[in-house]
Amino acid sequence: MYRSHVMVCGGTGCTSSNSDKIAAAFDAEITATGLQDEVKVIRTGCFGLCALGPIVVIYPEGSFYSMVKEEDVKEIVDEHLLKGRPVTRLLYDETVAADNTVKSLDDTAFYKKQKRVALHNCGVINPENIEEYIAFDGYQALGKVLTEMTPEQVIQTVLDSGLRGRGGAGFPTGLKWRFAAGNQADQKYVCCNADEGDPGAFMDRSILEGDPHVVIEAMAIAAYAIGATQGYVYIRAEYPIAVHRLQIAIEQAREYGLLGKDIFGTGFCFDLDIKLGAGAFVCGEETALMTSIEGKRGEPRPRPPFPAVKGLFGKPTILNNVETYANVPRIILNGAEWFRSMGTEKSPGTKVFALGGKIKNTGLVEIPMGTTLRTIVEEIGGGIPGGKKFKAAQTGGPSGGCIPASLIDTPIDYDNLLAIGSMMGSGGLIVMDEDTCMVDIAKFFLEFTVDESCGKCTPCRVGTKRLLELLNKITDGNGTMEDLDKITELAEFIKANSLCGLGQTAPNPVLSTLRYFRDEYVEHIVNKRCPAGVCKALLNYKIDPVKCKGCTACARACPAGAISGTVRQPHVIDTAKCIKCGACMEKCRFGAISKG
Amino acid sequence: MKSLQELAAIRDKMKRIVDTREAAHDTTRVVVGMATCGIAAGARPVLNAFTEEIARRELHGVLVTQTGCIGMCQYEPIVEVTMPGQEKVTYVKMTPDKARRVVAEHLIGGKPVTEYTIGAVR
Repeated sequence: MYRSHVMVCGGTGCTSSNSDKIAAAFDAEITATGLQDEVKVIRTGCFGLCALGPIVVIYPEGSFYSMVKEEDVKEIVDEHLLKGRPVTRLLYDETVAADNTVKSLDDTAFYKKQKRVALHNCGVINPENIEEYIAFDGYQALGKVLTEMTPEQVIQTVLDSGLRGRGGAGFPTGLKWRFAAGNQADQKYVCCNADEGDPGAFMDRSILEGDPHVVIEAMAIAAYAIGATQGYVYIRAEYPIAVHRLQIAIEQAREYGLLGKDIFGTGFCFDLDIKLGAGAFVCGEETALMTSIEGKRGEPRPRPPFPAVKGLFGKPTILNNVETYANVPRIILNGAEWFRSMGTEKSPGTKVFALGGKIKNTGLVEIPMGTTLRTIVEEIGGGIPGGKKFKAAQTGGPSGGCIPASLIDTPIDYDNLLAIGSMMGSGGLIVMDEDTCMVDIAKFFLEFTVDESCGKCTPCRVGTKRLLELLNKITDGNGTMEDLDKITELAEFIKANSLCGLGQTAPNPVLSTLRYFRDEYVEHIVNKRCPAGVCKALLNYKIDPVKCKGCTACARACPAGAISGTVRQPHVIDTAKCIKCGACMEKCRFGAISKG
Repeated sequence: MKSLQELAAIRDKMKRIVDTREAAHDTTRVVVGMATCGIAAGARPVLNAFTEEIARRELHGVLVTQTGCIGMCQYEPIVEVTMPGQEKVTYVKMTPDKARRVVAEHLIGGKPVTEYTIGAVR
């Protein structure tokens, strides 16, 4: 019996800042002080506040240590674990009140407005121990459906809950299951899409790292509902920790008879295998994903037939995303009404967002649907660093769009995002400040889709490339106003004619920035100027001869030898030689160099 | 896994262990003085006796935690018990046996063991 549990974050973020070594240091120090029978060190999944990692939480007090270093471990063990005095200096500063008392984590701005449903167990359990998952009601939902419910009742419950696919388009999960259940076949399959490819999104990885059993349990429930006996988790090989923990979880579930034959003595059989993806973005598209599981090159195919009719190996198949599955066991246990009590009428429940970009609290946040972007950015996210102004937020990754500052009070749900020209996508949320050029952002995402286009259909393969060339023309200072019309026409054409979701959504970042930031495009074209000072071809560095003292610091810093002048005389920049690196501006102590 | 009972048995066994992580929200607190004076007087076995006895009796919702020196070193090991709707009770010169009795009579029975409290000893 351990009186204290030391939870060390073992998510990818904290692991990359050495949480492995911190956990080992805790083990060593605890043994050295003779506390090994009283205190247990546990590696968990993500706590969400990645900006402040590595994170260590000590129970029973629930003390939240942030940015822990190896050398802090001895002090925490000596003071906190041995003498019972939390080291306030190392605690997350928001949990320490002015009088040095420690507040609950739930009272901090970052966690207060969050509601953790899909991330319920992340940071709370040891993901490599099935019994800890069971302690938090794990596999109870599977037990309930197998012993008390018919497959139709399961589907009806999921349908009633209003759960929609968390991977992108937001298709009602229960409906998908009903279609697959209605098709008769000798074999059906249940698949999980863990091929999280959007730049900046990492909620699926974090769920698999922090709570892998919830996905296994949900897939078994889905299999029972549609009449499948075999499942596949398609996960990208770039997620080694998630793959490893999922493998352990599957083995443990088999060992405990929660996967395999005759589960709970009901005669129900289900087993699960992992398929590693090689990291092609298109393999997140459902037909491409299934083609890839079959061992072929990951390319999409036309729908219909939909996977519910003819999916993996030509059999009826359902494919849901990791986060979608993570909601299922709790819907079964708590009921559809409980789920509907969160979120909005048409988008019930919660959504996990990966908060990134120009924001203080980078990390993973789970909020009820309908929360406004302002709450996410200003309260949970802690605002924008450096006192800069919020310009826009990008949701939905390369398939989504930008939400401008004027729409910051929009309640976030599937339909509202679509209406303003963006989409939920998998839940990446990138915050941008006034230093971001919107044409450049559109280019960034389009470059990604150009790279990732599989090449099977022409609108996507050729169209996105031509679209990118038009954008490059503008940022190089060669654009014309007619190009804007061409861009719109081409973008609409790509959307209407591409084979799969990748191409159909690829122009979204361009269209949405053009819709809300047309002025910026025009500024690039007409005045050959980049207002944010990002597009290099349009930038010119200038030295103000009045302010310049002739200290020569800039000339010495210039790697291109573009600055000339004599000591104590104003210097000049030769714009033909200038490579616009900005080194001179950093070095100037008199504010004499400006760009624009 | 052949039955729901089997699953429930694992859950109940593990529940006692993971309870430590949910205790921060609980209202009953057992606070053991664990400064140098407390440790020297034998606070550690007392702390462990509380943890084990509470787990053995499957008592949920009790937070067992530590604190520093409260200034009466001659009375260590000192344990403070706060229950909802009750005054704080301060036990002094505790031992593991006394701890087990406090769990039985105070935490479960709701009646403080007056003979161990600071008022009785003084």
